[in-house]
Amino acid sequence: MTAVLFENVSRHFGAVRAVDSVNLAIAEGEFFAMLGPSGSGKTTCLRLMAGFEQPTGGHIEIFGETAEGVPPYRRNVNTVFQDYALFPHLSILENVAYGLMVRGIAKAERLKAAENALAMVKLPGYGSRRPGQLSGGQRQRVALARALVNRPRVLLLDEPLGALDLKLREQMQEELKALQKSLGITFVFVTHDQGEALSMADRIAVFNEGRVQQLGTPEDVYKRPQTRFVADFVGSSNVLAPSFVHSLGYPARYASLRPEALALGEGGSNARRFSGTVVATSFLGATNRLTVEAAGTRIAAMLPASAAVPPQGTGVTLSFAAEDLHLMDEAA
Amino acid sequence: MRSDRSSAPMSLKITAAAGLLFMHLPILLIFVYAFTTEEKSYQFPPPGFTLNWLAVAWNRPDVWAALSLSVRVASIATAVALVLGTLCAAAVSQTRFFGREAISLLVILPIALPGIITGIALRSAFSFADIPFSFWTIVLGHATFCVVVVYNNAVARFRRISGSMIEASMDLGADGFQTFRYVILPNIGTALLAGGMLAFALSFDEVIVTTFTAGQQQTLPIWMLEELVRPRQRPVTNVVAMVVVLVTFLPILAAYYLTREGDQIAGAGK
Repeated sequence: MTAVLFENVSRHFGAVRAVDSVNLAIAEGEFFAMLGPSGSGKTTCLRLMAGFEQPTGGHIEIFGETAEGVPPYRRNVNTVFQDYALFPHLSILENVAYGLMVRGIAKAERLKAAENALAMVKLPGYGSRRPGQLSGGQRQRVALARALVNRPRVLLLDEPLGALDLKLREQMQEELKALQKSLGITFVFVTHDQGEALSMADRIAVFNEGRVQQLGTPEDVYKRPQTRFVADFVGSSNVLAPSFVHSLGYPARYASLRPEALALGEGGSNARRFSGTVVATSFLGATNRLTVEAAGTRIAAMLPASAAVPPQGTGVTLSFAAEDLHLMDEAA
Repeated sequence: MRSDRSSAPMSLKITAAAGLLFMHLPILLIFVYAFTTEEKSYQFPPPGFTLNWLAVAWNRPDVWAALSLSVRVASIATAVALVLGTLCAAAVSQTRFFGREAISLLVILPIALPGIITGIALRSAFSFADIPFSFWTIVLGHATFCVVVVYNNAVARFRRISGSMIEASMDLGADGFQTFRYVILPNIGTALLAGGMLAFALSFDEVIVTTFTAGQQQTLPIWMLEELVRPRQRPVTNVVAMVVVLVTFLPILAAYYLTREGDQIAGAGK
């Protein structure tokens, strides 16, 4: 069943097209990521799902029911806010129980449910504290518990890990994924971090300038970008101009070539190769990054740290397997 | 910002003490003369001590009439100010619209303008619109500056309620009324209480605007002004003045502590 359906949905603010004719079909139980730079329309899409924004055009359905004009408090959807938006005047337990309280659930019952939700996010016994007494990571868990205690059919997460440090972020990524699997709830999350989207999501919609540039599995989006924007944004691929692609023996179209697909030397018999000059090198720990200029194009290559790095200014030949170059749909 | 390292020079201490005495001794004198036995002039030192004037003041109907009018005016002006000031603060702090800054300035203006301007403006407006002076014209006059006090208190607190907090409440299933009751009100409650008390105190001892907007009725401060001209049972005025000091001072003190505490609560949420 389709959890969230967008049909040609637009949200314009005056002349600004924050969301422009977006089509989405998010399946039930899916972990769906909306990825894009700031101002790309991904957060507005999330707010359209939550009901904080109304579309200026198009049609939205949540589990088959029309969502336009339905206020946030009548949607079976809950949100984890970027700044967590905990209520500072309430205790942690009261925060988590808030959704049940406004729905008129008896006190004993809702506090018990809130305790369970806190245990689920690994914060048992924190109920009597105030939001100000918790760390950023703990507040994030409280926000998660506060949303999940209402048993939403769709959980919306707005940059949920944005404010956490790297270590905590990686840990939360795994926990979120495990939580989503065990609960079976549809998760829709917004992020500008392509690594986060690639590692967590079942499917990714890449946004730019209010439009969906590409929608597919992480592997699809990473290996077979359809537009120059996607190739560049999702993992900084080399975007090759049609003339250069043509000189390598392909049709004259834009193409993407992953830096890690390139190797030094002539390569095998069915490899493609080109020559250029090393213009920069940098040591990245596990790999070395080599920037080569060939026919006026700068191309980045990731080489294993064990390989010898040619010094700046030397001529090199780089090769790659023919199938690693991905031709994009975008015309020249 | 308290410096414990060095104490201030003696000359500064003496000046500060003199300044404070200059401001507060006259208030003490009012208290002293409420208990004097001399009725016609402020003789110093007072020739004797008596509690008689408390009883005299208690039995004067004109005191009660003025006091009751002042309390009623202050209560209703404060109530009006609480509703309008809160609504206005909510609009200015939570939404963006054309002319927002201008409206914010216009709301604050009545307290910046001399009371006499507000008074004349209201008086000419009332006579222009053929509105007879009454209890309600006094309330209206007082509401103009009471709204400002409530607005100023509420708008500062509203700015600290993030938009996402209100959205979070709606997201969790609370409608507009529930969101106001469970999220907004607890966060602005102490600010409203403080603003309301301040508004009440301001209204209670207001003279200038009242002079222009009242007809034959006397609020307590106006009654006192009249009373000073007639030197009959003078200490009664002092007794009433003492009551006014207590009635206005206690709410202001309470408001001061309430807002201070509120700051701490809000600060803890960061």
